[in-house]
Amino acid sequence: MHTKELKVEFHSVKAGFVSLVPISLFVLVFGAAFGLAASQEGLNQTSAVLMSAIVFAGAAQFGVLELWGTQVPVVPLVLTVFAINARHLLIGATLYPYIQHLKPASRYGVMLVASDANWAISMRAFTLNNSSQGLGLLFGGGLALWLFWVIGTWIGFYFGNAIENPSVYGVDMVMGCFLLTMVLQGERDNNTYLIWFGAAVSSILAYLYLPENTHIMVGALTGGVIGVLLGDKNNDN
Amino acid sequence: MTIDTAGFGTLFIILIMAVVTLATRWGGIFLMSYIPINSRVQQFITAMSGSVLIAIIVPMFIRGDTGAQVALLVTLAGTLIIKKPLVAITAGIFMAALIRNMQ
Repeated sequence: MHTKELKVEFHSVKAGFVSLVPISLFVLVFGAAFGLAASQEGLNQTSAVLMSAIVFAGAAQFGVLELWGTQVPVVPLVLTVFAINARHLLIGATLYPYIQHLKPASRYGVMLVASDANWAISMRAFTLNNSSQGLGLLFGGGLALWLFWVIGTWIGFYFGNAIENPSVYGVDMVMGCFLLTMVLQGERDNNTYLIWFGAAVSSILAYLYLPENTHIMVGALTGGVIGVLLGDKNNDN
Repeated sequence: MTIDTAGFGTLFIILIMAVVTLATRWGGIFLMSYIPINSRVQQFITAMSGSVLIAIIVPMFIRGDTGAQVALLVTLAGTLIIKKPLVAITAGIFMAALIRNMQ
C-alpha cells in the first residue's frame, strides 16, 4: 500500500460544501429561472428536476430549451450540449495532476460534480499544495452547487414568476464576477499577462467569427500553447 | 432525426444530455491518464487553467450590457485595490442592478 494515497476526507468535503454555500444561493436563483423557463417550454416538473439532477450543467440546459418543441432534433441536441460543456474536458485535464493518485472510482466520482465555480476555487487550493482542502472544495463544493441547482429547479415551478428576470438584480453576473476574482487571485508574473492576452484575443475572435460556443475552448487552448512556448524560453535561460 | 417530446421522448432526451455531459466531465481525466505529466504538459495545464477563465469572462464582457460590464469592472478594481473579493463581487452586482433599474 502507498502511504501517500490521496483520499476524499469527510471533514474537508464538509468544509468545501460550506465554502460554496454562498455562491450556491445564487445558483438556486438560476435554478429557479431554469425551472420557470422549462415549464414555459412545456416540460413537466419531474422532467425538469430530473434533467437538473443528472445533467447538472446550467448553460447547456438553457441551450437545449432553445431547441425544445414537440420534437427535438438529435444532432443539434448533441452538438449544443457537447459544445457548451466541452470546457469540462479542460477542467478535467487541469485537475488530473492533482487527483491522479485517487482511486479510480473516487477520481471519476468527484468529477461527477465538477463545474466552473468549485473547479476554480479548488485549483487555488491545489496549486498551494492543499490537496485535502482542494478535494473537499471540488467534491463538497460540487455537492452544494448540485443540491441548490436541483432545489432551485424544483422551486422554479412554484415561485418562478417572482424571479422571472434575475438579471434585473444583477444575479446573472455573480458567476462571471466570482470567476474573475478567482483568476485575479492566482499567482502571476509577466508570462501570465502574455498568456491571458493571447487567451483574451483568441476567445474574442472565436466569439465573433467561429461557430457558437467554441470561444472557451479556443481561448483556453491558445493560452495553453503560449504557456508552453514561454515556459521553454525560461528553461533555456 | 428527431425525438418526440411526448411520453418517454423527454426522458430519452435527458439521458442523451446526461451521457454527453458525463463524457465531457470524464473525458479530460481519462485522456490525461494516457499522457505522461512532464514539465511541458504541466506548463500547458497551468497556462490553460487561467486561460479557461479569461476565455469565459472576456467574451462575457464584450457581449454584455452596461450593467454587466460595470459589474466586471467594479469586481476587477475591488479585487485588485481593496483585495476583498467578496466585497468586490457584492459591489459589482449592486452596481449592475442599479444601472439596469435606472434604464
